[in-house]
Amino acid sequence: LSATPEIPKEDGRPKWDNKFQYILSCIGFAVGLGNVWRFPYLCQIHGGGAFLIPYFIALLFEGIPLLHLELALGQCLRKGSVGAWNTISPYLGGIGVGSWVVSVLVSLYYNTVLTWVMWYFINSFQEPLPWSVCPLNENRTGFNEECYESTAVNYFWYRKTLNITPDIAESGTLQWWLILCLATCWAIVYLCTIRGIETTGKAIYVTAIFPYLVLTIFLIQGLTLPGATDGLIYLFTPNLNTLKNPRVWLDAATQIFFSLSLAFGGLIAFASYNPAKNDCEKDAVTVAVVNSMTSLYASIPVFSVLGFKATTAYWDCLDRNIISIINEFDLPEESIMRQNYTSWVSFLNSSYPEKIAGLKLKSCNLQEFLDQSVSGTGLAFIVFTQAIILMPGSQAWAILFFIMLFSLGLSSMFGNIEGVFTPLLELQIIPKSAPKELLSGIICLISFLIALCFTLGSGSYWIDIFDRYAASVPLLVIAFFEVIGVAYIYKIKRFSKDVEWMTGRKLNLYWHITWRFISPLLLLTVFMAFVTLQMLKPPGYAAWNPKYEGFPMKEEKVYPPWVQAICVLLPALPCVCVPLVALFHLVKQKRRSKDPSVVPPEVFSCQGANS
Amino acid sequence: YAWDANEEYLFKAMVAFAMRRYSSKSTTQISNVLLCNVTDRVSFWFVVTDSSKNVTTVPGSEVEAAIRMNRNRINSAFLLSDKTLQFLKITSTLSPPVEPSTPVWLIVFGVVLCLSVAGIVFLIVSGIQKHKKRNKESTERENLEEKVEVTLENGIPCEALDLKAGRINGVFAADDERFTSL
Repeated sequence: LSATPEIPKEDGRPKWDNKFQYILSCIGFAVGLGNVWRFPYLCQIHGGGAFLIPYFIALLFEGIPLLHLELALGQCLRKGSVGAWNTISPYLGGIGVGSWVVSVLVSLYYNTVLTWVMWYFINSFQEPLPWSVCPLNENRTGFNEECYESTAVNYFWYRKTLNITPDIAESGTLQWWLILCLATCWAIVYLCTIRGIETTGKAIYVTAIFPYLVLTIFLIQGLTLPGATDGLIYLFTPNLNTLKNPRVWLDAATQIFFSLSLAFGGLIAFASYNPAKNDCEKDAVTVAVVNSMTSLYASIPVFSVLGFKATTAYWDCLDRNIISIINEFDLPEESIMRQNYTSWVSFLNSSYPEKIAGLKLKSCNLQEFLDQSVSGTGLAFIVFTQAIILMPGSQAWAILFFIMLFSLGLSSMFGNIEGVFTPLLELQIIPKSAPKELLSGIICLISFLIALCFTLGSGSYWIDIFDRYAASVPLLVIAFFEVIGVAYIYKIKRFSKDVEWMTGRKLNLYWHITWRFISPLLLLTVFMAFVTLQMLKPPGYAAWNPKYEGFPMKEEKVYPPWVQAICVLLPALPCVCVPLVALFHLVKQKRRSKDPSVVPPEVFSCQGANS
Repeated sequence: YAWDANEEYLFKAMVAFAMRRYSSKSTTQISNVLLCNVTDRVSFWFVVTDSSKNVTTVPGSEVEAAIRMNRNRINSAFLLSDKTLQFLKITSTLSPPVEPSTPVWLIVFGVVLCLSVAGIVFLIVSGIQKHKKRNKESTERENLEEKVEVTLENGIPCEALDLKAGRINGVFAADDERFTSL
């Protein structure tokens, strides 16, 4: 009887503009800095091409099932991590809270890494690049001592960027240039996440696609550099013997797990903005495969450039030896070239062994230079920057490289912030009438203020701690409870019906087996092995101390007790949420069961929520 | 270029020039500079004699100082640099790298910061405007719904009427006398 037009029943929940945005956001979240600076390193130290075998096995039995689980969960329950787990069972609400805590901790320190990237980016506009020359000392007779003994690149990173203190207990002062860059980074994050997925959905088109463009450019350029093929051969030559080492399997499993950004709650949040009937199975497989392919694709230019750098270092070594030989024996210029260097040296050694010994020639071995493997910030800020100086047109390459790193990190930050933002939005921390912009502003402001700690002199040591402890063990624990919670508490039968309803097809046997048995078992094994390995070596760090005798080698130090306490607290905080919340609900339930007017909670079902 | 007697002559001339500039005596001649032990590598020893003081050699430190002062000119004469023309025992003083008055990175940083702040302000302002428009729209829609309801129900809910008995017009139902008195 109503004459009004049919107003569609909206639940007021934001949604993706199109499916492509959603897939791109998941891919952007999964593809991060680790794909560029951790995977190639692992490939290199674990026998090259042979590493791909445990990597793909881990992808198949751990990565894809867990990813599908999270996406299906978010899509079915249409809530962020806290709300979703509360809905499944109030006893499991702690999983959501734990995810939220991890997302907070990671957001804090991850943006500081982006701050360093931004600092390098804005310094790339100078000619010559500031990390290519050493500054002079006071009386201009020579170079700055710290710079001279290490390299200009090391000096720029440790002194000019971090202004690092020799010990973690010495906090040093706040570095004003880092504070400025940090403020800018948080402003950019705020700009992109200001209205949740409405704004990140637009920003992701740029930040997720741009890195692929730059990687392709670097790939083409890298392959043309001399020595690139040596690097690539070195990277991909399979050494099947390494597979006997269980460490390789552990590294593959952890790499897949951390690379897909599981258990942060960000993926659940992303999936919760989907329409209910969406093929989450296909999405999960797509995202996981694209992530792994990106890792492989990124390792090619990285290793071409590293091969180029090793070759250049090798040639420099040869050239230095040649100069000293020519000077000593007064031979004409260009009589000894790199090609006939070895024959010349053996000839001279046989005729004048004392003179040759007196020259103290360094042995130049290409393999040795290739073996110098680095991962993490060292790869980006020391090794790669050094290689960029050697390329023609270094400013352009530096600018491209750092914008690429920034986009990679930014798209991962979107996922982290979404993992923090969505649960808070649902818990209605701020009144509903207040705009979303306020909540995201508060999150960004508070995170910025806390992250100021990382701009201290000892900041990079703290970031290492956060990276090693806050973002590793808790995720394994949370993911384990996620799988157990869905498989055995929510029951696989119910979940498979929900997934069937969403995707429109029956759940494959593969998912049943992995969700019920293989993934939990694998996660448990990885967790035990990981914790055991961490316990084996005493918690220590490598400090940059110019006054150390072995300088420029780093000084190995042990963490003081109060820092060790923090190292334990950081992973404990998210993990302890799981039993705490369960306990809290148990107590609440016991109190409520004394009250006879209690209504048993209705059985939740995916279809019921969305009909 | 090949190293021949002409180049040697130029070298002697440059050393003499350096000595003249350094000690500001115009007595040093090209013949005062002597080269010896010339090798194929193009390396040699040289001394500078002082013709005014009984053909003795000028002390090495003076020669070093003179060359250091005029290193640039000597290098340019041979189109070489400090690395390719090496004087043993004379280290070059290094020129500091050029520093622009404002560090370049501050400029780039300023640009990036201004862009992001401008974006934030734009988004916030457009958000506020959208919010206001939506509020206005929703209040308008509420008014519209009320009107619609009113026209539908005409003051009396339709269900409350007994349709069999006929509709009572509420306008007249307010009157106490429903039926005209006979």
